[in-house]
Amino acid sequence: MNFENQGVIKRLADQYGPENLTVVLGNGEANGVEVFAETVTEGDPSYAGPLAGVALKIPVYHVLEQEVMNEVPENLRDEKLQLSSLVIDIEPMHQLLQTARDKI
Amino acid sequence: MHKGTKIIAIGERDGVPGAVIAECLEGAGYEVVFQVTECFV
Repeated sequence: MNFENQGVIKRLADQYGPENLTVVLGNGEANGVEVFAETVTEGDPSYAGPLAGVALKIPVYHVLEQEVMNEVPENLRDEKLQLSSLVIDIEPMHQLLQTARDKI
Repeated sequence: MHKGTKIIAIGERDGVPGAVIAECLEGAGYEVVFQVTECFV
């Protein structure tokens, strides 16, 4: 995750409290999801960004996981997410993100 | 996801863009406090 976005998330966590936030990702591939999840739960694994050493423990989901899809109104799901759900393999990302959430 | 949580939407250019995530979650009644689309080029 780039440093600018890490800085924004840190500010939002200070403003609202990390317990009141949820991160929702839209990655096209599982590669990178683990780093995103670790950054907002345990801190920046590269130890270089604003979230280095900052364990916010913010729950992180992918927008195509059932936990999120079930919340989205059917018309928006059909119009905006259906095509992505056909081409993006969500299962490996679901497993990575479920593991990250279980550690919180 | 628990109701009332505020959403940080981090989309990806080659996946689902942040604006789409935000639109879907706002439609579900959540408050989106930040949305962005990262690209890995």
